[in-house]
Amino acid sequence: MFINGSHSVALGALSGGCKFLAAYPMTPITPILEFMASKGKEYNVAVFQPEDEIAAINMVIGASYAGVRAMTVTSGSGYALMVEGIGLSGIAEIPAVIVLGERPGPAVGLPTRTEQGELLFPVFSGTGEFPRVVFAPSDAEDAFYLTAKAFNLAEKYQVPVIIITDTYLGNSYFTVEKYDLSRIKIERGEIVAEGTASADYTRYAVTESGVSPRAFPGKSGVLVYSDSDEHDETGHITEGAEVRTRQVAKRLKKYESIKKEISAPEFVKAEGAEYTLISWGSTRAAVKEAAAVLSAGKIPVNILHLTEIWPFPAQAVAEALSGGTVNIAVENNASGQMAYLIMAETGIEIMHRINKWDGRPISVQFIVKEFKKLAGQVKKK
Amino acid sequence: MPGDIAWCPGCGNYSILKAVKKALFELELDPVNVLFVSGIGQAGKFPQYIKCNMLNELHGRALPAAVAAKIVNPDLTVFAEGGDGDGYGEGGNHFMAAMQHNADITYLVHDNKVYGLTKGQASPTSVQGFVTKTTPAGTGEPLNPVALAVAADCSFVARGYAADIEHLSGLIKMAVKHRGFSYIDILQPCVTFNRVNTYQFYQKRVYKLDEDKNYDPYDRAAAFTKSLEWGDRIPIGLIYKVERPLIEAMIPGVNAVPLVDHELDPMKYEELLNEFI
Repeated sequence: MFINGSHSVALGALSGGCKFLAAYPMTPITPILEFMASKGKEYNVAVFQPEDEIAAINMVIGASYAGVRAMTVTSGSGYALMVEGIGLSGIAEIPAVIVLGERPGPAVGLPTRTEQGELLFPVFSGTGEFPRVVFAPSDAEDAFYLTAKAFNLAEKYQVPVIIITDTYLGNSYFTVEKYDLSRIKIERGEIVAEGTASADYTRYAVTESGVSPRAFPGKSGVLVYSDSDEHDETGHITEGAEVRTRQVAKRLKKYESIKKEISAPEFVKAEGAEYTLISWGSTRAAVKEAAAVLSAGKIPVNILHLTEIWPFPAQAVAEALSGGTVNIAVENNASGQMAYLIMAETGIEIMHRINKWDGRPISVQFIVKEFKKLAGQVKKK
Repeated sequence: MPGDIAWCPGCGNYSILKAVKKALFELELDPVNVLFVSGIGQAGKFPQYIKCNMLNELHGRALPAAVAAKIVNPDLTVFAEGGDGDGYGEGGNHFMAAMQHNADITYLVHDNKVYGLTKGQASPTSVQGFVTKTTPAGTGEPLNPVALAVAADCSFVARGYAADIEHLSGLIKMAVKHRGFSYIDILQPCVTFNRVNTYQFYQKRVYKLDEDKNYDPYDRAAAFTKSLEWGDRIPIGLIYKVERPLIEAMIPGVNAVPLVDHELDPMKYEELLNEFI
């Protein structure tokens, strides 16, 4: 197949069971919206362009609450408008898939350029505390499979799942093995089928895993109460201290199960390596090729690349970075957001950075050049 | 389940609740197939006190969620509900869009011309010169949402009055039966925070439009003129009505089978993959 990142996201969503897309046009994700709109009739997928991004995320909530897999696509500033809605997904435990196509910010920034400036944003954004999943696919193939996986995790654990892409990934074309649809499984989690609910069914029953069986209005034979306010097990508003404590704990407990679904980061060891390059998302190919160039120049380097970012695979990252190598975070941003996240989640400080934030992708040559500068400085110490 | 209803004694919301329950009962709707999507405010609490499906949304955001739910499961009877601050302030953009897009839902706005939940600030529809802690010099000209609706060619525009439960209930039934976006601005006294638009105020002024046999709700120009009528006489009833294509006309992915009933089968996308070979 010859395909770009945007279309791969769309195919992943479609084969992953997406039945509803509400999205507001914004560079660089408009191609996803337009492609899915062109396929809506043939595959019976509702695609709608609402008045703004706030409508988009709340339409996703409404569609998902009513029982279908729903998604929106946006860029950083559009995501900013959706943050309250993502919190609603969190508190009301309504599945949502949000694609965040990065471009240089802040605000309007460089609309048609690329950056990795929004890693910490989806990981930490939202009022209050609730579980979410964050992916950052590295190439077209990744975009396809991770987008499909996102829908399963969103529904099984009733959480928002954010997929970070960027202009570079979205617009780049890749030659790939034909995507294998037989690998795509639809796992919707526990849903109350019509006539099977017990008389005392409650939407937010406190369970061992923190996941409560989900019912759909008009489809499950029970009334479904969902609330943006804190609520009791029945879904009605409450301010009670004990209930609040239980419900927040219940929601956060879901992380224990979600963690088991997160794949370990890719760790490629090179024999005799004294350095480890750390990267995430769309920079993978450049980093790998740079490592090959360095290796050919008798400087073997390890690669640690993350695509399933949150819940953070702290143990695997810590192990990879504790082998005595000099660790260098390679990021298409200014402040080294992955380096920050690694420090926060593992305690390991990433002292050395290769950053580029001119709105252009990171090239192999740039990594090699900056690495050599860094390596020289490191050796001087 | 809620014990006490968290509204002040004498609140217009109690009457609106009665009117809605009466309408639902007379429409013979099964609660399992009825969905209330509410915003945030005293009006937003509404579905907590009724036995139907409930999605209590964010402040100002009931309409998008209600529209989406209706698109994916058109067998549901869907209401969006909220107050004047929720609907005309925070949610103003969604109000405009909902009227434009014309989903087959019913939108009830509890218009008490003040922010009740947050204790007395001005709202977009507060009468001119309304003095509150956030508007110590008094408000300016209020928004006229009914006129806005007629201007937007909203498919069904009505004004109700909370204290006339019979009349309001009739309007709600008409709204539900109407095929298209049905909007009712419900004049509602707030006994605690609005000492201007009281029961006495409305009792003297409201009159029923339906009693005027010459009034034609399909006449948009007449409806617009009627929507500007406020002061000594305040018309309640059906102000404007027009048949228009539903939102689904814009969404070719929707067919006769509700989206919520579709099977999810990854393999059916094989042909689509082939387009990239």
